[in-house]
Amino acid sequence: MAKVLVVTSGKGGVGKTTTTAALGAALAQGGQSVVVIDFDVGLRNLDLVLGAERRVVYDLINVVQGEAKLSQALIRDKRVETLSLLAASQTRDKDALSEEGVGRIIAELREKFDWVICDSPAGIERGSALAMRFADVAVVVTNPEVSSVRDSDRIIGLLDSKTERAEKGERMEKHLLITRFDPAREMRGEMLKTEDVLEILSIPLLGIIPESEEVLRASNVGSPVTLNAPLSAPARAYLDAAKRLRGEVVAMTVPTERRAGLLSKLFRRAA
Amino acid sequence: MTSAARPSIRFRGHSLIALVVVPEEPVPDWLAHLDALAQRSPGFFASRPVILDMSHLPHDKDSLRALVGDLFARGIRVMGLEGTEEAILGPDLPPVLSGGNPTGQLDIPTDRIKGQANGNGTRRPASLLVDKPVRSGQSICFPDGDVTIVGSVSSGAEVIAGGSIHVYGTLRGRAVAGSGGDPKARIYCRKLEAELLMIDGSFRTDDEVQPDLRGRPVQAWLDNGAIAIASLD
Ligand SMILES: Nc1ncnc2c1ncn2[C@@H]1O[C@H](COP(=O)(O)OP(=O)(O)OP(=O)(O)O)[C@@H](O)[C@H]1O
Ligand SMILES: [Mg+2]
Repeated sequence: MAKVLVVTSGKGGVGKTTTTAALGAALAQGGQSVVVIDFDVGLRNLDLVLGAERRVVYDLINVVQGEAKLSQALIRDKRVETLSLLAASQTRDKDALSEEGVGRIIAELREKFDWVICDSPAGIERGSALAMRFADVAVVVTNPEVSSVRDSDRIIGLLDSKTERAEKGERMEKHLLITRFDPAREMRGEMLKTEDVLEILSIPLLGIIPESEEVLRASNVGSPVTLNAPLSAPARAYLDAAKRLRGEVVAMTVPTERRAGLLSKLFRRAA
Repeated sequence: MTSAARPSIRFRGHSLIALVVVPEEPVPDWLAHLDALAQRSPGFFASRPVILDMSHLPHDKDSLRALVGDLFARGIRVMGLEGTEEAILGPDLPPVLSGGNPTGQLDIPTDRIKGQANGNGTRRPASLLVDKPVRSGQSICFPDGDVTIVGSVSSGAEVIAGGSIHVYGTLRGRAVAGSGGDPKARIYCRKLEAELLMIDGSFRTDDEVQPDLRGRPVQAWLDNGAIAIASLD
């Protein structure tokens, strides 16, 4: 049974596109067939993060409007062959996306893939409403700060009322992914504590992705961090999150780059 | 012969919840207080019908017009007036309302509207149960009685009840109890972090709450027209 997953947040720039690419690649690396769809019409960048920007011929809007077949628009990743991309249009107007058309394409993709991952644009307008509309599962991306948490809360309310599942009275599966987490700043009280974020949003935690330069490095070379630096802290955190999405039980840790340093600090304190 | 061509004029009943604002003397202080509220809770008056109750403020036509103008300048549009004399109003001021209905005699037939409102004769329940969190941007409005929330009320969310409000979770947003004018309504919550508590028109904002009550299980009620808060443990 295919799962349609939306990566959403409300607030912009919190890491949705990074997460879509990393989770999509991680699931595909684990043998699942995955398609990632960019819903950010006019501001597309999932193709950049995946290094496929020069291979985009047809996009989501072409398919919605019947100008291209789905098979013509899907771009297969060169590194992981079970990963495909459906790009957004950079030039067209987002009103060209009709709900009926998006529904039809998602139904078609459900037949072909194990996972259909929708990268939502920021905000609560049409684009993000369409990205979540047909989802079975949502990953709510949040940074540990007040405005991001409030926007996520708003989005959770919409997931529970405006999706097709919610309207049918079915349960919408929701997971929280905390990204750009900086333990030092949390300790200094500059960021919300994880337990407070969890208490406010009260949905289950899928993972905590540390703030890391590896993320920027990976997107600069057009490769998801889980492929570009699979042993780095953010990659390990995303790989664990992907396992949890598949129902595996993985102990919740925040991977760090300087593991030895942190451990020796702890030991010194204990001694 | 041609009379059939004219379409009939149509009327429709419409009820809504309005916020009744009660200005008091001295007006400049009252306006300053209002500004402070609007600053702490931006959008509180946005797109909300507002009724101005003048019964606590001696006034004449000019001072009333000035006050309506002061409110307008703050983005608050007064829909109707209460507690004033019809005689002092001109066409430039909103009409006088009482108890939510116009005081003047209406000659449109109201029977059908009434009949529809309680057509099936079933009694409405006096309480509403919400068994999931109220998220930011959501508004629960139940003018007919008490509201019980099993879960938290987020910052940026609001619960409006004609009666009391019970929150089995953290109250971070706004709670407006006794919205139809019930001074006996109360607000209960398991953890107080509310942006605003309001009972029958009196309110307290977050920074008017004693620090030692924040984060505690509390109840709030109206004591001589002012909101009192006490810990429940
Ligand atoms: N864990 C991380 N560590 C460091 N930088 C990160 C991390 N996650 C994301 N970023 C950076 O944050 C920026 C925004 O990320 P991204 O584009 O994924 O966000 P978005 O939510 O998709 O934004 P938009 O709302 O504009 O679509 C990018 O420059 C990205 O490289
Ligand atoms: Mg994005």
